[in-house]
Amino acid sequence: MISINNVHKSYVTGHNSLHVLKGIDLDIEQGEFVSIMGSSGSGKSTLLNILGILDNYDEGSYYLNGSLVKDMSEKKAAQLRNELVGFVFQSFNLISFKNAMENVALPLYYQGVPRKKRNKIAMEYLEKVGLLEWATHLPSEMSGGQKQRVAIARSLISQPKIILADEPTGALDTSTSYEVMEILKEINKDGITIILVTHEHDIAAMTQKIVHLKDGGIDQIIMNGDLKQFKSQYAKQLETA
Amino acid sequence: MFDIDKWQEIFATIKKNKMRTFLTGFSVAWGIFMLMILLGAGNGLSNGVSQNFMRNAVNSMWLWSGRTSVPYQGLKEGRDIRFTNADYDILKDMEGIDATSGRYYIGGNTFSYGSEYGEYSAITCHPGLKEVESIEIIDGRFINQVDIDQTRKSVVIGKDIYDALFKGKNAIGEYIRVNNIPFKVVGVCKESSGTRHRNAYLPVTTGQKVFNGGNRLHNFALTINAETLEESRAIEQKVRETFARKHKFEASDESAMGSFSLLEEFLQTMKIFQAIDIFIWIIGTGTLIAGVVGVSNIMLIVVKERTKEIGIRKAIGASPSSVIGLILLESILITTVAGYIGLVLGTGLMEVINIFVEKQYEISAATNGGNGETIFRNPTVDLGIAVTATLVLVVAGAIAGYIPAKRAARIKPIVALRDE
Repeated sequence: MISINNVHKSYVTGHNSLHVLKGIDLDIEQGEFVSIMGSSGSGKSTLLNILGILDNYDEGSYYLNGSLVKDMSEKKAAQLRNELVGFVFQSFNLISFKNAMENVALPLYYQGVPRKKRNKIAMEYLEKVGLLEWATHLPSEMSGGQKQRVAIARSLISQPKIILADEPTGALDTSTSYEVMEILKEINKDGITIILVTHEHDIAAMTQKIVHLKDGGIDQIIMNGDLKQFKSQYAKQLETA
Repeated sequence: MFDIDKWQEIFATIKKNKMRTFLTGFSVAWGIFMLMILLGAGNGLSNGVSQNFMRNAVNSMWLWSGRTSVPYQGLKEGRDIRFTNADYDILKDMEGIDATSGRYYIGGNTFSYGSEYGEYSAITCHPGLKEVESIEIIDGRFINQVDIDQTRKSVVIGKDIYDALFKGKNAIGEYIRVNNIPFKVVGVCKESSGTRHRNAYLPVTTGQKVFNGGNRLHNFALTINAETLEESRAIEQKVRETFARKHKFEASDESAMGSFSLLEEFLQTMKIFQAIDIFIWIIGTGTLIAGVVGVSNIMLIVVKERTKEIGIRKAIGASPSSVIGLILLESILITTVAGYIGLVLGTGLMEVINIFVEKQYEISAATNGGNGETIFRNPTVDLGIAVTATLVLVVAGAIAGYIPAKRAARIKPIVALRDE
């Protein structure tokens, strides 16, 4: 599904070049639920952006669904994003002047689905995330958890292969975080690959695979079975720190 | 291009962002509105003043006789040139000349009525003088052909004379004494220009007869029926040459026969109007530029404000061109509608003002023998100019929106999304 080989990425600001990703190799299969962890500055968001074709990379190769994603035109990238990828962001990124239903329906607008039909589909997805009665409310009238559920419904409506979530629970309290994770787990059960970036260990623990980044490279990949060991190791790290 | 869904998206965006829409629209509407008012006011001023000037018999010309200053056909210089009634007949029938009047000067000019008396100018004339000098009749009539033919002792007195001698009493039919000779008052008049009305008009034939003038005339006043300066000069030249041949003087000899024409003055005044026009255009262009800057500024802010929205749209699959198209179509729609509103309001206001001005004009015209006084008439703007100005603003708004929109659409969605 996703195959990344030796991907490098630098940000150039003026005369300074910041080497963020220093050769990442990663394979993610269809239907996996993966979390990317790492301290801030380790390159986890950058990796996610590259995975979501929101950003390009300097070296290496990235195959998404069997096709090479490199030096794509904006138009092609937009089309691929629309077809294959759904995004969930920490700050929700709903369009403030559109109500919940219109926000959810927006990806279908870019697929050319007629208004009535896409609004009907949007209602179905809102029902899935339990927000049917909130369909006509604006984002500003909803709680953080509700907004994130709207965002998830929006990411699902185009029936993507992959959901990319950048700290989806970062702005939520623990109980709503768990609600959101439950929804994501449900989605994952339907066979959609989910990759989420987080720095919360309890959130990461709910995923099947944890990719731990450190200084622009992959430090370790922990499978679900090894989680207990990971937790104790993490506790040790905390003690020594 | 025409896609109902796209327009629905645009209308939804406009409806949900009323403040932004209002501000963009207002700056365009205001710009056009001010432009209409400025250009309209300028046109009104120009029209009003030129109409006032037009009424004052713009194509008037005066001729007076003098003494030759150059020898001609063996005749020495220093000869007096004398006009006679025969010259009047020639002028009267000459092509290109409308109204004509001769004048014989009489001296003295003491006017008296009962115990009141005063010194005023007595002008002997033909009926044509009324047209040449745009004399306005307040009461009674002007000198007519019968007065001339029968050498009647009729007089038309200026308003100042009437006020001084009659002090508000009825004057028509009364006899006043001019240089101690009784004349019957047939009319009271006003001169079209100026505030002094101290001239009295007598039939020229009566003047010649009563004051021993024989058939002599001192000068002529006439109106030239010409559209252009060239045509007017040609007629002037023809008059000069005719008289030069008849009275035997060099046609270019200004001192033998002097002349003065108002058309040149009129054209000079028209140059002032042109200057006013240029001034108005400078102000208008300035207003337009201010409008363009305002619209551009707002578009920059609008795009800046929408950067995050652009990022979101791109993240969920919008192509850059669709994002640019959305913003551009929205801005064009708003500026066009707003520009049209400004256009309608501006021209509407000028039309309302026009109605009042016309009313005012009619009132003053009714009390003034058909010649209304106004310096402001028909303050409207050419529709072509108005539409062009609106288009300029719309295009400027579109360009001003396009550049930042293009830049915003080129930004990586992540950057746009990070921008909060």
